[in-house]
Amino acid sequence: MAKKTIRNIPQDRTAMPVQSPQERVKNFSEVAIGYRKEDAIVEAERCLMCPSPACVSACPVHINIPGFIQKIVDKDYSGAYGVLSDANPLAAICGRVCPQEDQCEGVCPVGTRLEPVAIGRLERWVGDLAIQEGWSNRPYIQSKGYKVGIIGSGPAGIACAADMAKAGCDVTIFEAFHKPGGVLRYGIPEFRLPDTVIAAEIDKLVQLGVKIECNTLVGRLFTIKQMIEELGFDTVFVGTGAGTPKFMSIPGEYLNGVLSANELLTRCNLMQAGDFPNHDTPLGLGKRVAIIGSGNTAMDAMRVSLRMGAEKVLCIYRRSHEECPARAEEVEHAEEEGVEFHWLSNPLEILNDGNGNVAGIRCIKMELGEPDDSGRRRPLPVPDSEFELVADTVIYAIGTSANPIIGQTSNIKLNKWGFIETDERMATSMAGVYAGGDIVTGGATVILAMGAGRQAAASMKAYLGIRDTDVVYNNERADTENKLFGIVRDERNFSRIRTLQGAV
Amino acid sequence: MSLRKNPQFHALGASASDGYEASAITITRREDFSDVTYLLEVHHPMMAKAARPGQFVIVMSHENGERIPLTIADFDAEKGTITLVIQAIGKTTKEMQRDCQVGTELLSMTGPMGEPSHIANVGKVVCVGGGLGVAPVFPQARAYKQAGAYVIGVVGFRNKDLVFWDDKFNQYCDELIICSDDGSVGIQGRVTDGILLAIEKHPDIQEVLAIGPPIMMKACAETTRPYGIKTTVSLNPVMVDGTGMCGGCRVKVGEQMKFACVDGPEFDGHQVDFPDLMNRLGRFSKEEKQAVEKWTDSCKARL
Repeated sequence: MAKKTIRNIPQDRTAMPVQSPQERVKNFSEVAIGYRKEDAIVEAERCLMCPSPACVSACPVHINIPGFIQKIVDKDYSGAYGVLSDANPLAAICGRVCPQEDQCEGVCPVGTRLEPVAIGRLERWVGDLAIQEGWSNRPYIQSKGYKVGIIGSGPAGIACAADMAKAGCDVTIFEAFHKPGGVLRYGIPEFRLPDTVIAAEIDKLVQLGVKIECNTLVGRLFTIKQMIEELGFDTVFVGTGAGTPKFMSIPGEYLNGVLSANELLTRCNLMQAGDFPNHDTPLGLGKRVAIIGSGNTAMDAMRVSLRMGAEKVLCIYRRSHEECPARAEEVEHAEEEGVEFHWLSNPLEILNDGNGNVAGIRCIKMELGEPDDSGRRRPLPVPDSEFELVADTVIYAIGTSANPIIGQTSNIKLNKWGFIETDERMATSMAGVYAGGDIVTGGATVILAMGAGRQAAASMKAYLGIRDTDVVYNNERADTENKLFGIVRDERNFSRIRTLQGAV
Repeated sequence: MSLRKNPQFHALGASASDGYEASAITITRREDFSDVTYLLEVHHPMMAKAARPGQFVIVMSHENGERIPLTIADFDAEKGTITLVIQAIGKTTKEMQRDCQVGTELLSMTGPMGEPSHIANVGKVVCVGGGLGVAPVFPQARAYKQAGAYVIGVVGFRNKDLVFWDDKFNQYCDELIICSDDGSVGIQGRVTDGILLAIEKHPDIQEVLAIGPPIMMKACAETTRPYGIKTTVSLNPVMVDGTGMCGGCRVKVGEQMKFACVDGPEFDGHQVDFPDLMNRLGRFSKEEKQAVEKWTDSCKARL
């Protein structure tokens, strides 16, 4: 076969089949339906198999991207899943929610001339196929006898747990809610990430031997210190997220009808308030919903509101469309579904209907000035440009700050914003305790949290003295004696991972 | 994904067994104080050891249920139990009144949540409980007594028949003033009358702690304000998660935004914006009514 070049690969990026906006706004089924097998095969052909692939370094968890795509080309789909899941225990999830345009796909050389390879869509296709076929990457795990505690069952905790379990540790994840998944469960709506996908991916974690203990609020039920001193954990990972919603301190914030995007999404996703009164949690959403902010959480809140019967959804953002922090695809979807965007508008006051409920929101027009610290142009108010919008619900989606519970209940050093301070190896100021994800960086993405979880896992293995070669071992004829390069495999400090690809 | 129960884990020293777990939360004792008020004692040894006065739990009674915050009314580290006193007013609490019998399980009980009370030997302290607030103020009264303080209990009920736990309060209070609306027990009057009585007798009262309906806590704070006595109240606004994540429980305390679940639930009663709190408590009144109606209809249908 001739060498693949940018000229002889399929020129057009394979389109993602989606539900039409008119249809999907009435349901909670997934917007993006997913590739069919033939779509995946064509798209996989577009990868140039770069010898030193930029996409791998751009991936926070360093998936061997050409590796798994080559397996699709070879029609070895379970093999593709094996490659993916070596680095990423949540392929079906990341394929859906990663900002690929800023990561792998953003640096894909195909993208210089054509649309980049649809790496995320291929990842999702393989991840979904693995769930459907029941594949799991379950290595031979030799128990190391170490006990690892993970606080929080979100993406950081899951990634850390998977790596530690593969290294032979006895891993327990503690979750404060009654269901595991963290932000994947309470934050990301069903139409972007179905519950069944979360459940399937978490089941794989359980198959790796990870235990998940729900309804456990670490810090209050027992402290991190007690985990180490009394409950016998050798090392602890803190991945509690940056859950505390921010408000703006403008008049009217306490009116009924004002809520955080977190509250709306938790009521809807975790508590199924959309099914009230069959489920007991009410939603409290009106007909004209104004959402402040334009990040991914804002987009989720808008699209949930539309599906929950809001007749009009307004987005209020103080910068312009160009600075909008949400994934391009999400904004596009929200626009198609009928969200009315008010760019360059800043709220000044939430208006009272006289009975303690929201009647509307008073805003001011903004214009962009000189770039600020973030490098984005600073929005400045335009004099005498105030205007009012009618609304009965106002939702804040302007970011989150650190959850205070770990700070209140431990001596772990925090920075001035209340996030946990770690060194470059994710170690906190408490010996044996590591942290990663939003509780360290502030609100970021699922994949960055997973990357941090994996990095922390590597440090935790080093802390425990587990040498981990990270080499996938799948050769039936290889020396099964207890020797490899002169190292005795049964030695306590050595963990060897054998991947049984495609095995159930 | 299956939700299996692990009866062991929250027992002290036991480790989680394999798989995806949620601990079994078994009801070990129940007592009915009146048609609407009932006590549940729940087995949770780890929480019984961790709980401190002033904290609360979030309970979910079944898979389709809502998460409701309940103040811990008592805890016993030796027996490994947490005591909750519940008033059947909404759909969930009515349903729990029917279904939560000895031997049954709650889907979840998470906690202890919130900052514990700051208990110290402060000299003379008045612990005020009105209606349902009588139960959660008990651990505080006991803790103050154990810390060496002189404890004056003020508890209010509508009438004699609704009185409960007067024996428990008598055990730890140096003085106990029972107030009733109709005068059938103790003094006739509201808890604020009880507070005034205590202040008259003891001009050197250092602290007042009041737990009950918002309107009562507001009245207590107003009663003590002219005397400049430090007054702490325990707030119970609408909340979902109880871990500082939804912001539904935000309250205005001295012009600052506080989350009752992680910054409280106890705040300076002289600083709390009660009208705001009461307005926000009515946030779901329509839905609450709808849920109770549906529940009542379904109960009728069962008959």
